[in-house]
Amino acid sequence: MMESRKTWVGQPVPRKEDLRLLVGRGRFIDDIVLPNLKHAAIVRSPYAHAEIEGIDFSAALEMPGVRGVLTGADVAAWSLPFAVGVPVAPKYYACAVDRARYVGEPVAVVVADDRYLAEDALEAVEVDYTPLPPVMDIEAAIEPGAPQLHPELERNLYSHRHFRYGDWEAACREADRIVKGKFRFSKYASTPIETYGVIASYDPFTESYEVYSNYQGPFVAHALVSLALRVPENRMRWIVPADIGGGFGVKAGVYPYIALLALAARKTGCAVKWIEDRQEHLTAGTTGTDRVTELEAAVKADGTILGLKDRAMDSCGGYIRPPEPGCSYRSIGNHTGAYRIRHLEREVMVVATNKSLTGPNRGYTCPQLYFSLERMVDTVAAELGLDPAEVRFRNLVQPEEFPYKTATGGLYDSGDYPRALRTALERFDYPGRRARQAEARAEGRLVGIGMATVVEPSVTNIAYVGLAKSYADRVKEHPKSGSGEAVMVKMDPLGAVHVIAATNPQGQGHETVLAQVVADELGVHPDDVTVSDVMDTHQRLMSITSGGYSSRFASIGTTAAVTAARQLRSRLLRIAAHLLDAQPDALTLSDGRVAVEGAPERSIEIRHVAGTAHWNQSLIPEEMEVGLFGVGFYNMPTSQPPDEQDRVNSSNTYGCIAEVMAIEIDRETGAIDVLKWVSVHDAGTILNPMLLEGQLRGGIAHGIGGALLEECAYDEDGQILTGSFQDYLVPTAMEIPPVEIVHQVTPSPITALGSKGTGEGSAMSAPATLGNAVADALAPLGVVVDTLPLSPQRIWHWIQEAGG
Amino acid sequence: MQPNPLFGCSIRRSTPIVKPAAFAYEAPETVEEALALLERYGEGAKVLAGGQSLVPMMNFRLAQPEVLIDINGLAELDYIRLQDGPEAGRELAIGALTRQRTAELSPLVEEHCPLLAEALGHVAHAAIRNRGTVGGSLVHADPSAEIATVLTTLDGRVTLRGPAGERSLAPGDFLLGYLTTGLAPDELLVEARFPAIRPGARWGFLEFSRRQGDFAIAAVAAMLELDSGGACTAARIGLGGVAPAPVRALAAERALVGRRIDGDAIDEAGRLAQEVCDTEGDYHASEEYKRNLAGVLTRRCLAQALERGREAE
Repeated sequence: MMESRKTWVGQPVPRKEDLRLLVGRGRFIDDIVLPNLKHAAIVRSPYAHAEIEGIDFSAALEMPGVRGVLTGADVAAWSLPFAVGVPVAPKYYACAVDRARYVGEPVAVVVADDRYLAEDALEAVEVDYTPLPPVMDIEAAIEPGAPQLHPELERNLYSHRHFRYGDWEAACREADRIVKGKFRFSKYASTPIETYGVIASYDPFTESYEVYSNYQGPFVAHALVSLALRVPENRMRWIVPADIGGGFGVKAGVYPYIALLALAARKTGCAVKWIEDRQEHLTAGTTGTDRVTELEAAVKADGTILGLKDRAMDSCGGYIRPPEPGCSYRSIGNHTGAYRIRHLEREVMVVATNKSLTGPNRGYTCPQLYFSLERMVDTVAAELGLDPAEVRFRNLVQPEEFPYKTATGGLYDSGDYPRALRTALERFDYPGRRARQAEARAEGRLVGIGMATVVEPSVTNIAYVGLAKSYADRVKEHPKSGSGEAVMVKMDPLGAVHVIAATNPQGQGHETVLAQVVADELGVHPDDVTVSDVMDTHQRLMSITSGGYSSRFASIGTTAAVTAARQLRSRLLRIAAHLLDAQPDALTLSDGRVAVEGAPERSIEIRHVAGTAHWNQSLIPEEMEVGLFGVGFYNMPTSQPPDEQDRVNSSNTYGCIAEVMAIEIDRETGAIDVLKWVSVHDAGTILNPMLLEGQLRGGIAHGIGGALLEECAYDEDGQILTGSFQDYLVPTAMEIPPVEIVHQVTPSPITALGSKGTGEGSAMSAPATLGNAVADALAPLGVVVDTLPLSPQRIWHWIQEAGG
Repeated sequence: MQPNPLFGCSIRRSTPIVKPAAFAYEAPETVEEALALLERYGEGAKVLAGGQSLVPMMNFRLAQPEVLIDINGLAELDYIRLQDGPEAGRELAIGALTRQRTAELSPLVEEHCPLLAEALGHVAHAAIRNRGTVGGSLVHADPSAEIATVLTTLDGRVTLRGPAGERSLAPGDFLLGYLTTGLAPDELLVEARFPAIRPGARWGFLEFSRRQGDFAIAAVAAMLELDSGGACTAARIGLGGVAPAPVRALAAERALVGRRIDGDAIDEAGRLAQEVCDTEGDYHASEEYKRNLAGVLTRRCLAQALERGREAE
């Protein structure tokens, strides 16, 4: 047993989760077995865009073991389209009803005694399609005459808004120069090692559903799915397994399947399990959006960025579904990144294309945002003949300005951005490496240095969704805002502590951190704290925002746990004070004992206090609360609805990242070799440095994937080119260069422990940093680096076009 | 001490996560039995060796064999032998069931066919090479496969056995195109032969892929022999991934023989090697980019071979 310490927060406490995971005894969705469990396979559209003229599944019903087939007709009869927060929402059901709008869209569900039989029967379902012309390109989709996906929409636009913050025209008048750029961000995903999974059953007597799924919350989806299935939430019991094999935001995309499988269970009268396979995931799972950004910056000759004008077009795929159109609004509060830019003009378009559907994907829209913003900062530096570091220092929010309110309504809680960048440059040996770069360039080598300084938002404020509607439309509805989490802590008769949470970990180690946090508050050892962090909507306290997404846990999960533990501690100390005949505030709690400060002989073991509270309540005065539990519910007070000028604090805690890297490009092959990479992270108080390191390394790998390798690519007919791991390239250990990680700690004033979320990290910044490094390497050739992924062939073609 | 949670327990998954169509399964114990089964089932049968390509194709249901003939019990096909070859040379005979990893780590292969040993290190990942077999890769006939590229470069042979006995084919008669071979449905590939390296010969192998272990966008193998004056007396250059099957760059080879291999010679060989490209390109590499890589890798591979020779001296 480890020695008891003063504080457990900040220690690399080994993960409580690891033993069961390492020996293969995790409790994942596919480990759950129910009585009368049958298995589903999904008929999917082979066309990007096609009318469904008819479905004949009579042959499938004759096949051995087949229990039933669910089609769009059932779905339309039994459920409603999912509600979406846009003024005109095309109908999005759990499966295609009369038209398919992307390759892989569910068209029917076959339920059979096992998955093999279900797959066999898939081939016997005959769907009569009339193909329609698809539209795959964002800019082509909004052109007049483009194929229209939904009759309700104009120009294939799910959402179209203009925003003004400050005075862009004034910024232009004051500026010495207007710098322009256009950037294309590619569609990619997260590929968690565990794919989506659902087990659903239906009770016809109570007309209620029970589902198990590896969803990342209930978040808003519990309400959305209940609405779609036309039951109140208490007749839609939703259970998330204890273990989820990675989420990264894309697991939020499982909820339409929850509705689909719930209906299949209702149709067949069986409990139905569906475990998505990798091909299904890569074809029809959630991805981030591909985005085209046209950007203008009004700048002074000294590099001061006065204003930004942008036109951002996000491709949302064949349907818009919550939490989209978050793609265009979720990062609005941190739209100016780490910089003091006060004047903005924005045009935002969320576009329908015949691609798979989108949603959160590690950094939810921040990789897109920072790729264009940070490439723009470097473009400004290049056009003004300034060092990109100098331009950044000129514009960074200064440490004394916190809490800093951005032009768009973001409220940055704490930070020291200049120090982060200075640290990164020092560790990188910036002057030395610039000198070596000059030497390499003289030899004709393509060496580049890239950097990025970005703000890492965490704990989404759901209010941002309101921006899809104008203020005039918003005031007609109830305003929405919030980011809350609930945790309970209880003490048993022998003094054992149990934490009950529903933060829906997907591998991050929440059990471990909850035990650390609660152990500190209650003066016990983390090994003596057990944690049940499992969502069950019938048994857990929650808010509409509860869940494991938007890096909420480190900020708000821990704050709720501390709140709960302090409530329990307070009850415990009051009882102990009574038993010790002392004042509660004169007591200390450590090493399993309550003692009177300065009089250690007047002490009592925690378990005796607990025993009294449970076994002999007559000893305790009536006015004292004897229930040895605490319930912590914490909602970020900084979460407010958007104001009349469309300003909104779209997240709550804001960390920062400063990265610098050097690369060399092989002129003949276009391959990139990373020579040096320094990544400075400030996530406030460090809860567990080992877990933090894991998150940061993972974010870096994901950022490399998005920047260099990963892409959901389609041909012009809308067929997906990257439907298996042979073509959808996830970085492996061999593709990850050494990265020097440096920690900076600027505690958050709005969380109990000063911690901030940081699970997304360099996934947001690495595409920008790598993009800037490649642009710098190719600068002597005059190449414009504006598109991802930075594949060798793309870079080689750029070099050829530049005559290099 | 924590109790061992594995003790007395077995790990089970509730749902099979692989899902091929139904098939029958045969596990012959001798080549003769395997041949009899092939004769009986004909086109409906697929031979299962390491399963590293076949099983994924079955799970995608791209392959739906009626019967799988599992030859993993044919111990007689698991060997690596040095033997006399044609024209007074020596050769390595490798049984079709020999695991790629076994061949890669074999001292015999290292000594007598170091080009093959090097190329094997580029075949996917070690875990895959532990199962994947030399024969399985050849029969699968992926255009970018390293083993087939080396076989083509060195002009080795494959031995096929069928009801009428054995026949031996040159690489060009066996590797006919994309996933296509000269193997008849009632035949089994039993052996591949790789000529042993001649004393003083220099060799190189390079490939380019987007990630370590991926199929090569282009791969180049080279073998050079120089006389005491440094002039090239023999050259072999083979390319994978740039045509429907691995291909020799004969014009490039001819351009090297009889001259000192300097920068100009290497550049010319690179240019000529590009001429063998016969590909439409794909998502990862346009035709133009593949042609470029064929040239770049050929030059670098020749330079690597020369450098290796210098190190050896």
